[in-house]
Amino acid sequence: MTNNFEPLIIGFTCNWCSYRAADMAGTGREKYPPNIRLIRMMCSGRLDPMFVMKALSDGADGVMITGCHPGECHYLEQNYKALRRTILLKRTLGQMGVDPERVKLVWASAAEGVYLAKEIGIFVEEIREKGPLDWPSRKNPAISIVEKEEVSV
Amino acid sequence: MTGKPKFAMYWAASCGGCEIATLNMHEKILDFDANFKVVFWPVAMDAKYKDVEAMEDGEILVTLFNGGIRNSENEHIAKLLRKKSQILVSFGSCAIEGGIPGLANLTEMHHFFDTVYTTVSTDNTNNHRPQVEYDMPEGKITIPEFKPVLQTLDQVVDVDYYMPGCPPETHQIAAVIDVLISVVKGEAVLPPKGSFLGVGNSTVCDECGRTRNLKKITEFKRIQDIKKIDPDLCLIEQGILCNGPATASGCESKCPSVNAPCAGCYGPAIGVKDFGARMITAIASVIDAEDPDEIERIMDGIIDPAGTFYRFGLANSMMRTGKASWNGK
Ligand code: SF4
Ligand code: FES
Repeated sequence: MTNNFEPLIIGFTCNWCSYRAADMAGTGREKYPPNIRLIRMMCSGRLDPMFVMKALSDGADGVMITGCHPGECHYLEQNYKALRRTILLKRTLGQMGVDPERVKLVWASAAEGVYLAKEIGIFVEEIREKGPLDWPSRKNPAISIVEKEEVSV
Repeated sequence: MTGKPKFAMYWAASCGGCEIATLNMHEKILDFDANFKVVFWPVAMDAKYKDVEAMEDGEILVTLFNGGIRNSENEHIAKLLRKKSQILVSFGSCAIEGGIPGLANLTEMHHFFDTVYTTVSTDNTNNHRPQVEYDMPEGKITIPEFKPVLQTLDQVVDVDYYMPGCPPETHQIAAVIDVLISVVKGEAVLPPKGSFLGVGNSTVCDECGRTRNLKKITEFKRIQDIKKIDPDLCLIEQGILCNGPATASGCESKCPSVNAPCAGCYGPAIGVKDFGARMITAIASVIDAEDPDEIERIMDGIIDPAGTFYRFGLANSMMRTGKASWNGK
């Protein structure tokens, strides 16, 4: 692995819990690595597996999905759906050669800023260990897959 | 004869089913012949690549191109036909999404060759493999080069229209041919570039006659393990994976109406960007479990998620390939 590899992580966070937890970590001057870019959703149930695939195929090395603790989702049981989706998604990605551990689901309430910051830190180190994902994509010219040449008629 | 607009149809990495479905038009083929001059169609008539190369750019009015781009020959002809055709239609699942041949994107290239050249059923004791180039006393001979990753037609050239299906239904092809004839006669105009032709604007579920209740699945089964399939109840409710929720309508729900789950051959329904992601969402929603271990147990019944949810659409999905294939080995 390259020594100066900095993992790029996309975090999908729930508006009602983990996004606030992350906010709280900031307010409380709790440090967490800048490798994670948080995207706020209204609920973990909003997570379309496609978002994770888009992130991974466009350059992310890992994806963290966070939601309210089981039983505490503001939209009843959407976080259980997120749980089931994540499990099925990881199985599918595994067949494609993406280490399923590059996708992680974490429950964190709005009060758990310290805990979330710690989890982010752990995940960044786990991904650093695994190294870059380097998925072949339009944005990754290192891997040569021929792309369309515009031909005008 | 020379006044008639010119037509071509080509197959790249495909099975030939698209051509059969087209020829299945029966007497419509006479209509077609009255209005078009077929200049290139390897399955149906003799023609040489050099004849196409000798044409003027844009000389062919419409080309139906089926099959994915698997080797250098497919790529060459795709680029050639793009140049020579005014309208290039990506025809059938393989050209649009990679189709079944696109599933090879999940494995390393050498597995592909091992299967073809080194299996018990193949008599190849010296383990000969095709060479892209070979020096013969008469000179160098070449064959097309296999690519590590199968690509869809529109990943390689610009495409005007899409016509999905594995194969597209004959009545849909006939309807599109009718439109083309009207366009040629000046009685109709072409739809906007990039349109999907011969396809419904809903899902297979929407056309399926089976009853749907609130689904609560606790077990997935393979269809061959089920003794008696209820002919009226949604297949998913019976624990059979069915791709109907993500698949574009247009086939009149053929498979579910004969007790077979929708394979997804018509490709993603309108608004579905990634077929597999939509199926993961749909299936995860109906599983009746909240405990992670129980969820894992139920999902063990989904033997091959990537092969099921990306049976036709892997090459066109967000991920496009498995990681193994693009090392080129
Ligand atoms: S899931 Fe399959 S069987 Fe059920 S309604 Fe949809 S197409 Fe019909
Ligand atoms: S509201 Fe937080 S996971 Fe649903």
